[in-house]
Amino acid sequence: MSKNPQPLKEKHGAHPLDDLIRTDRIPHIWCSGCGIGTVFSSCLTAIKATGIPYNEFAMVSGIGCSGRAAGYIKLDSFHTTHGRAIPFASGIKMAKPDLNVIVFSGDGDLFAIGGNHFIHAARRNMDMTVICVNNLIYGMTGGQVAATTPSKAKTTTTPFGNPDAPFNLPLLAYAAGASYVARWTILHVRDLTNAINEALLKKGFSFIEVLAPCPINYGRRNKQKSLDTLKLYQEKTIIRNGADPARADIDFDRGVILGTFIDRERGTCDDLYEATCRRSED
Amino acid sequence: MKPAVRTGNHYITGDVACAEGAIAAGCRFFGAYPITPATEVAEHMAERLPDVGGTFIQMEDEIAAMASILGASWTGTKTMTATSGPGFSLMMENIGLGACTETPCVIVNVQRTGPSTGLPTQTGQGDMMQARWGSHGDYELIAIAPSSPQDCFYHTILAFNLSEKYRVPVLVMADEIVGHMSEKVVIPDAKEIALVSRPKPTGRKDRFRLYEPGPNGVAPMPAIGEGYNVHVTGLTHDERGYPVMTPEAQEQMMDRLKGKIRNNLDDIIHTEGYMMDDADIVIVSYGISARTGLTAVDEARKLGYKAGLFRLITVWPFPERMIHDIAARVKGLITVEINLGQVHYEVERCAHGQADTYLVGAAGGAIIHPDKVVSLIKEVFQP
Repeated sequence: MSKNPQPLKEKHGAHPLDDLIRTDRIPHIWCSGCGIGTVFSSCLTAIKATGIPYNEFAMVSGIGCSGRAAGYIKLDSFHTTHGRAIPFASGIKMAKPDLNVIVFSGDGDLFAIGGNHFIHAARRNMDMTVICVNNLIYGMTGGQVAATTPSKAKTTTTPFGNPDAPFNLPLLAYAAGASYVARWTILHVRDLTNAINEALLKKGFSFIEVLAPCPINYGRRNKQKSLDTLKLYQEKTIIRNGADPARADIDFDRGVILGTFIDRERGTCDDLYEATCRRSED
Repeated sequence: MKPAVRTGNHYITGDVACAEGAIAAGCRFFGAYPITPATEVAEHMAERLPDVGGTFIQMEDEIAAMASILGASWTGTKTMTATSGPGFSLMMENIGLGACTETPCVIVNVQRTGPSTGLPTQTGQGDMMQARWGSHGDYELIAIAPSSPQDCFYHTILAFNLSEKYRVPVLVMADEIVGHMSEKVVIPDAKEIALVSRPKPTGRKDRFRLYEPGPNGVAPMPAIGEGYNVHVTGLTHDERGYPVMTPEAQEQMMDRLKGKIRNNLDDIIHTEGYMMDDADIVIVSYGISARTGLTAVDEARKLGYKAGLFRLITVWPFPERMIHDIAARVKGLITVEINLGQVHYEVERCAHGQADTYLVGAAGGAIIHPDKVVSLIKEVFQP
């Protein structure tokens, strides 16, 4: 495939992203008010905007609500085991470095059960784009506490409030070695789409955290309706590109920093393997 | 690039022979995590793969190693990992993903003694049932047990060929002794090694169905980037590869996963007989313990017993019919294995009461001495 199919302009009702969607799998499973669909369409728009032929992409997801994205995108796509999207994707990337590999998954999948894989892929600067839909909760299993759930928040497994502190994901990604680190919310669709586009074109490990509401399993127990969450995204966020990721804790009382935290150059895992391990003929 | 097949006579360990067999079979991606006594497979692959256009990666744990070889396999690459007991346990969930998504790959388990950390540097064959049933749910896979470094070379090639042909994870169930012992290994000319590659789809891409079986029950497998837009999931799926959450879809999927193995047993099951023609006492064994059995047969013959050895090269799927038929014409079946009874119970099941069945087992840590087998023969049989 050298040229991507053109949008079906003449066909009434066709969506401009239809060529990237498995329309035969719609309707999707995501709830009303969920933020995943917005991140998903931003991702598709960003893929399209790269101009790269679709067959040069692969999307890998783990398990969870966000993990279902791989099932709706019309690319070579993989819905793997819980937490293991990144090492599965690493295998794809290292076996065929020409591919553009996207990991699309949730906070529970990527940072609790899959946390170890995340830091090691970042350390190696594995050339892939990791998009984390962070809804602060385990949505699919019915609202249990996550590694990203704010302190004191109520979940089904923290009925008295969360005693633990959440991860600061941009700081974690930066400290582990990521080349590109950004955070947006689903209210900042254009910024988000641009960020994903940048990340896709960036050589190295790119990480984008996207804050997204889960009105059913997080909002309901924490007195936050869908629109309340979006209002927080609008009023209690500060866009500050180049901000210190150490200040990126999610605290809506103090304000949550959005933007591109890190954009740096480092040798990638596949390039360094070529340069270090392939010897010329003895 | 250097030649992939190191034709010639070598004096190497079983672990190194596994690695050489893999490279000769066309393995070009290896993801692993160090563990005694399988580490040397990884070390040898790390050195050899870059020179033959392949890639080695040491992952952060065995879960990641197993995930990486599944991902890499979908690029159209032959892939392998190697581990031992604790790592094998960690790989189980993704071995199930490999079985469910019909992803070819080879897993070498150089067995040590368990449970838990057990005896890390000493032999055992206690992972045989885990090899069959370790991942949750029903599934079929293939497990092969080498008895020598030479076997390690050929059986790893066999493992790749079966894995590619049937799109299934194949386990090479070696053990510490076979892995660490050095013996003569003859590597033939590359042209004498028959290689199999996964079936590729033909025909229109828009009509392609990911799991539509071919003539032998195995669906052709495209690679990432070929434009088939595959969707691969560990959820129960239909022939398109799409999730379908119904008992009917589950039954259809399981029919395919089981059928492609169960309907091709003659091709998949490899066994070897020694002094079997007139034998009425048959030792059933595999891996390193088959060598115990071999000496035991010779010793028992010297004492006038009509002993024979039936060696399982393929342990899973189990040669049920063969064991059943042997049981019909002998007095007794003796299973020799370095565990407290795993394959033994399969032999008992398949003998179906036609012959007496005995176990010569051990808790692990050492090879079983042939005297133990001969003593049992003397105790329960007349010459």
